[in-house]
Amino acid sequence: MTITITPADWLSFFTHFLALSLLSVGGAITTAPDMHRFLVDRQGWLTDPQFSASIAIAQAAPGPNVLFVALLGWNVGLNAGGLPTALLGMAVAMVAIMVPSTTLTYVTARWSHANRELRSVRAFKLGMTPIVIALLIATGWILATGSRYDAARDWRLWLVAIVSTLLVWRTRIHLLWLLGAGAVLGWMGWV
Amino acid sequence: MSSSPEAAATTSIEQRPQPHSLTDLFLSFTFLALQGFGGVLAVVQRELVEKKRWLTRDEFVEEWAVAQIMPGPNVVNLALMLGARYFGLRGAMAALAGMLTFPLLVVLCLALVYAQYADNLNVAGALRGMGAVAAGLITATGMKLLGAIRKNPLGVPLCIVFGVASFAGIALLRWPLAWVLLGLGGLSCVLTYRKMGRTGA
Repeated sequence: MTITITPADWLSFFTHFLALSLLSVGGAITTAPDMHRFLVDRQGWLTDPQFSASIAIAQAAPGPNVLFVALLGWNVGLNAGGLPTALLGMAVAMVAIMVPSTTLTYVTARWSHANRELRSVRAFKLGMTPIVIALLIATGWILATGSRYDAARDWRLWLVAIVSTLLVWRTRIHLLWLLGAGAVLGWMGWV
Repeated sequence: MSSSPEAAATTSIEQRPQPHSLTDLFLSFTFLALQGFGGVLAVVQRELVEKKRWLTRDEFVEEWAVAQIMPGPNVVNLALMLGARYFGLRGAMAALAGMLTFPLLVVLCLALVYAQYADNLNVAGALRGMGAVAAGLITATGMKLLGAIRKNPLGVPLCIVFGVASFAGIALLRWPLAWVLLGLGGLSCVLTYRKMGRTGA
């Protein structure tokens, strides 16, 4: 895929992701639907397979999954030219998605830590606890059931997810073994 | 072991494990991030709570609550908050850099390799399998934190109600995250506040 991106386009990419940064409650992945709408549907800067692959690679790779945004920018840049634009795309996307949320979190964290004995702060943290735990379990569920960007999933992938959950919850098996097993199962076409 | 409760309390405050320096923060989070195949959360919980003991399980859940309610990658927010707690702005930046720098390089390398094999069915299958395992990792981390509700002012039954409602809203009904956090979260926090007032906690 080759596209042309003007400086004005880069700017709109940047500002769009700046806004998404502020909306990315629960993580950048929660804004992925909107990123898809912007990059794939509206601007046509990315293909669907490139989009899904970016998310999958970032998830499989070590490190925070937010790095899928770096890959989105990288792929957009590659589509627009070569290595230099790929690096630019990566920088634009990552800086935009990180700066607003990071600043906000830092400022809030300082205040919250300084005031941690306040009843309201303790009530917030304790009150959010069941929600937060449920959200984690729900995120795993959603990732297992698949997003609309992936091909249809079936019960075998489900089983892999459930078994992984049980093994990580109840045993001390190293996570890499489980990921390796998942990779092998997928490679062999069994899931 | 100290004999009196006061001595034990002071010991635990002074000798509490914590990062030694900015470099320690950077390297710790780098090492932590590089183990995080499928997402760093499971590793973060295990490393920070079970191994390094920089946080207790209850503290982890509480800090995670703030990290999650704030926009941005939750795990990165957590690193920021921890770094800020010990070394201020530079600590936050060191932790952030640790979380992102080397993993970013690894991700780029993987993307370059993947580009060569993008049409290979086996590779696509492997990614799919790893995705399923990664989903399980995240769920398991949530399960591991379940113990934290035992001491919650809301009481276990009410926690379960809110938990199930949140899960249903997010995973089954696919409500926007903001609704669940503001709506259910808001209600839960208000109730917690009132319960804390009554018991004087």
